[in-house]
Amino acid sequence: MKPYLAQAKTEIKLALTQGESLLVTIGIPVIVLVGLSLTKALPLPSTAKSATEFLVPGTMTLAIMATGMVSTSIATGVERSYGVLKRLGTTPLGRPALMAAKITSILVVEVVQLAVLAVIGLLLGWHPVGNWGLFVVSAILATSGFAGIGLLMAGTMKSEVIIGAANGIYLILLFIGGIIMPISSLPGALETFARLLPAAALSESLYHSIGIGGTIPLWAWLNMIIWAVGAPLIAAKSFRWEQ
Amino acid sequence: MTTIEVNDLYIAYGEKIAVAGISFQADSSEVLTILGPNGAGKTSTVESVEGYRKPSRGIIRVLGLDPYKDLPKLAPSIGVMLQDGGIYPRMTPLQALRLFHGYYRDPLDIDQLIQLVNLQGALRTPYRRLSGGEKQRLSLALAIIGQPEVVFLDEPTAGIDPEGRLAVREVIRNLKSKGVCILMTTHELDEAERLSDRIIILDRGTIVAEGTPEQLMTASRGDSIRFSAPGGLDLSQLELEIGASVAEDRAGEYTISAEATPERIAKLTSYLASKNIAIGDIRAARSSLEDVFFALTGKTMDPETQDKPARERGSRRQR
Repeated sequence: MKPYLAQAKTEIKLALTQGESLLVTIGIPVIVLVGLSLTKALPLPSTAKSATEFLVPGTMTLAIMATGMVSTSIATGVERSYGVLKRLGTTPLGRPALMAAKITSILVVEVVQLAVLAVIGLLLGWHPVGNWGLFVVSAILATSGFAGIGLLMAGTMKSEVIIGAANGIYLILLFIGGIIMPISSLPGALETFARLLPAAALSESLYHSIGIGGTIPLWAWLNMIIWAVGAPLIAAKSFRWEQ
Repeated sequence: MTTIEVNDLYIAYGEKIAVAGISFQADSSEVLTILGPNGAGKTSTVESVEGYRKPSRGIIRVLGLDPYKDLPKLAPSIGVMLQDGGIYPRMTPLQALRLFHGYYRDPLDIDQLIQLVNLQGALRTPYRRLSGGEKQRLSLALAIIGQPEVVFLDEPTAGIDPEGRLAVREVIRNLKSKGVCILMTTHELDEAERLSDRIIILDRGTIVAEGTPEQLMTASRGDSIRFSAPGGLDLSQLELEIGASVAEDRAGEYTISAEATPERIAKLTSYLASKNIAIGDIRAARSSLEDVFFALTGKTMDPETQDKPARERGSRRQR
């Protein structure tokens, strides 16, 4: 227990003190939320009565994706290429406790991010409608999926490649993840493709659980469950501890 | 129970055989050094004993445990200094020490450890901006923070600063007095000679010599007299004159395999004078570990060609 606590404390501290990482995990989601709520520069879903109803769930999706996938892949990739993971292998920490500490750190950072976005959303006039229980379930499923993708990258790619790839995927999903504009405004084939990726399912689920209410569609549940189970499994199978 | 027991260790990477069936032991309060040239199999051997890799064949026991299978059980009792890195680049020495302090049941006091490895001046500098010597000293501190019974030092003095060299010596002395078993690899003959109780010389995956530093040095050529003179001297006549065997190592470089007594040197010089042969230099030489090493492996120990795998050198450049 003591090694796990020491590791979790350090992971959280590192995650919350790195400038580049904070830009992606908190800075960009906040800028997108404030900017698009005030300017209404992009289309909103026809079901939305206000911009924040759509953009708060959207930017929370972006935040979860940033921590689960971008930060995790880059940080763990660096640890792998610098021999940190190797070095930890012969300490009493052990791999299960290391993984548990990483998950703890991801969840703590997400709570901070979501709290910041919720407060800003409320200031911008957001009135959450829906079911917070579904919000929590969706967020956890999506975190597992994104963290799985992040660890898959961290365990198989070189650290310089990871930085480019993770930020690239972040940018693509920002546009086709139902985050800044509804996927229904995408061309037909791209919309179908977007539904297969993990971001759109989460933004759709959050839109219903804390945006406008209503039921989360089946495709979104299926998508989140498949990514939540599949990505960590593939990551675990392919993870190489030493570069 | 012997602290470290290695029996018929055999390590192959695909077709390539890194270690070809070696056996050795090390006990508590003992410093065992594995010395060897490029690609001799030193790191492969140590990393197998540390539990990082499963040997292709053979049995390894550390404190009675199989390090690969029982690593979680063994980890609290061992301390490891890797050849390179192992610290998160943004982490400061203080953060790293506090983190590792949290891993162990009965860790050393952080302040004392900082004094011991002399890191007071760099406590809040991120790891990536530390000098090579500071990195090595931090890595050494982290290897001993958990009060281990067995310590592994892979090239502890490679690229180290003078302070670090002293810290390594001090730490090893300290550990030995506490009964710790130390397995070390090095390229540096001086360090091996100074610090080891026993040395294993490894070449191309096999042990070519083993013993205390003194045993190894007497086993080789013993004391000798070296001198330089024009090439192609008549050796048999010289041998007769001085009563010891003489060899021409390289053109114009000669070694007399005998103790450098004043009489013998006088005989040598008077013989050369009688033949009117110019003499370059003359010196009494004790055989060093370097000679032993050269005699056994046909290689010199060049610190510039250390056996870092290419990938590690690559990741070094990124910093």
